[in-house]
Amino acid sequence: MYRYDEFDHTFVMERVAQFRDQVVRRLNGELTEEEFRPIRLMNGLYLQLHAYMLRVAIPYGVLSSRQLHKLADIATKYDRGYAHFTTRQNLQYNWPRLEDMPDILAELASVEMHALQTSGNCIRNVTADQYAGVAGDEVEDPRICGEILRQWSSLHPEFSFLPRKFKIAVTGSPRDRAAIKLHDIGIVMVKNPAGEVGCEFWVGGGQGRTPVIAKCINTFVPKRDMLSYSEAILRVYNMHGRRDNIYKARIKILVNEIGIEEFTRQTNEQWSHIRNGALDVPAEEIARITAYFAPPAYETLQDNPPSFVQNRDSDPAFAAWVRSNVAAHKIPGYAIVNISLKPIGGIPGDATDVQMHAIADLAERFSFDELRVTHEQNLTFADVRQSDLHSLWVLLAEKGLATPNIGLVSDIIACPGLDYCALANARSIPVAQRISERFADLKRQHDIGDLKIKISGCINACGHHHVGHIGILGVDKKGTEFYQITLGGSADENASIGEILGAAFSYDDVVDAVEKVVDTYVKIRTSRDENFLATVRRTGVAPFKEALYAVH
Amino acid sequence: MQYIKNSKISTDEWVHVGPEGELPAQGNLIVPLARWQASRDELLARKAPIGLQLASSEPPELIRDDLGRFDLIALEFPMFKDGRAYSYARLLREQYGFKGELRAVGNVLYDQFSFMHRCGFDAYEVQKDADAQRFATALSEFTVRYQPDPDGSPSAIELRHQPHRNVKSAGSRP
Repeated sequence: MYRYDEFDHTFVMERVAQFRDQVVRRLNGELTEEEFRPIRLMNGLYLQLHAYMLRVAIPYGVLSSRQLHKLADIATKYDRGYAHFTTRQNLQYNWPRLEDMPDILAELASVEMHALQTSGNCIRNVTADQYAGVAGDEVEDPRICGEILRQWSSLHPEFSFLPRKFKIAVTGSPRDRAAIKLHDIGIVMVKNPAGEVGCEFWVGGGQGRTPVIAKCINTFVPKRDMLSYSEAILRVYNMHGRRDNIYKARIKILVNEIGIEEFTRQTNEQWSHIRNGALDVPAEEIARITAYFAPPAYETLQDNPPSFVQNRDSDPAFAAWVRSNVAAHKIPGYAIVNISLKPIGGIPGDATDVQMHAIADLAERFSFDELRVTHEQNLTFADVRQSDLHSLWVLLAEKGLATPNIGLVSDIIACPGLDYCALANARSIPVAQRISERFADLKRQHDIGDLKIKISGCINACGHHHVGHIGILGVDKKGTEFYQITLGGSADENASIGEILGAAFSYDDVVDAVEKVVDTYVKIRTSRDENFLATVRRTGVAPFKEALYAVH
Repeated sequence: MQYIKNSKISTDEWVHVGPEGELPAQGNLIVPLARWQASRDELLARKAPIGLQLASSEPPELIRDDLGRFDLIALEFPMFKDGRAYSYARLLREQYGFKGELRAVGNVLYDQFSFMHRCGFDAYEVQKDADAQRFATALSEFTVRYQPDPDGSPSAIELRHQPHRNVKSAGSRP
């Protein structure tokens, strides 16, 4: 993984000192809360319903064991012994005190981390495919591009006061696990006919009140031009993005209002002035960063070693976990392991300090000292020997971390909702917990198959409900929580926005409604090979509407 | 209100005038765009330096053809979070080649100084006296920048691969 050099170290230490001064000025009244707000937001510090919330940046979701141990220590020392992994591959603390914030940042800096630009109207933490470097179909490791963008976007003098937040995601595979089409900029690493690797740029995707699938703006930007091209897009957006209405301020609205052709023309006009200039990424820098993501020292192994096959065949619980949580690795004899942070009835994405320490130890022992956070709020060990899978599973299970539900009905994305968030209209977490309990029978979950449920507690869509195979949106009706259900959304390479089924359901009824939708799918699917999304795309929402609303 | 020029508290020799009313006979005037458009001939006839102020909704493209007429351009920050003028400043300096005074006006606060400086501003109308006193400190908070600056200060990338380029001391814009 990437390691800080002298420049990166100096930068974060200077950032800690700067924020320490800002907090002092806030506490002594020199800064009003209104003046402090954009400053703290740029540092991932929100004022929530009950307390401050601190969001720590995990660049493109990659963590070392040492970093995870530190995050666990901070949870113990400054929070209530747990933390929450987010859909931007970040980590949140829900109960820190403002006075402690500079010290927390100093602790983060000691393990090469920070909280810069995890909120506010600036370029946010860049996200990437959690299978970076190990997916068989990968053109190039997206973390290289991600790291170059991370550095360029850090305290950018021109783009720190944008009309609205700005999210960038990168995937190196045609199979999109990073939801790049739902981002302000999405980048796909591609090869051109000459065999050179470059960036395909997508622009203007997003969720929130107005969900939009991104449009392709350039099919091949050479890697050396990735920063000048990004800067051109951002400059057009910064100058012309709407600032009169917070709900129309994202780049997707600008692109829709002026049209992708005009947006492309303006971007190219800006690009023509800055291309081949100081923003060129020199080949030496690309090589320097690429070297950090060189493959680890893999052993020469065979796929399906006998011990693994024997355990899988003799232990159905282990086999179920392998089926849902283990993915193919590009190197023979290795596997990708997904650790579910969605135990039945648990809070999606939460982990205790004890669990974090345990995971860090296991990553050190089984996966080259490294792990990744996924945008679906789970964790990934990218490089596990297949012969170690059974031992790892046993140890994970001891800590309650072996729930075999990755990609299944209880692997739910949920925003913090009304339990924590000042913006929410409705609770999200308890709905996720109740759905998870309703489908607690893992055999039933495996029979249902791939199904992504995503829950947002308000229209800002932090829980990605628009792109859930089943999306659930909390709304407020005269002071009572109601839940609207959408079907057919998807965040992958065939991204789509879900369609609203009909009238919303009460808090008490929403779980029954979800179950009815799932049972309808099981009834009408052509076979077990036709997953939920494929069925909805084949039949449309009519049979589901009928099941939920028809008066018989 | 304090006036900073070239990183130092200085005496402001310019006077702001509004969109309407009599133009003062003497002095260097900063006029809003509407006044420039309405009283162009009168302003040029005064034979005194002209400053132009652009609101954040007025991109410098609007005055590109007249740029040579202005000794000063003031860009307005109506509130902390309206960041359009950062891009305008870079356009003026880097694409349009504007060499005169580039002044930040409006909601200009301590925590923006470094960003503004790096985008090409060299003058500031600062709201709080305490902020103005600490101007130099604001520019020295960071010695490492990840982006190339318009004044030619090297980015971290340039320093990594061209180590002979030393970091310029902060605030060294000529």
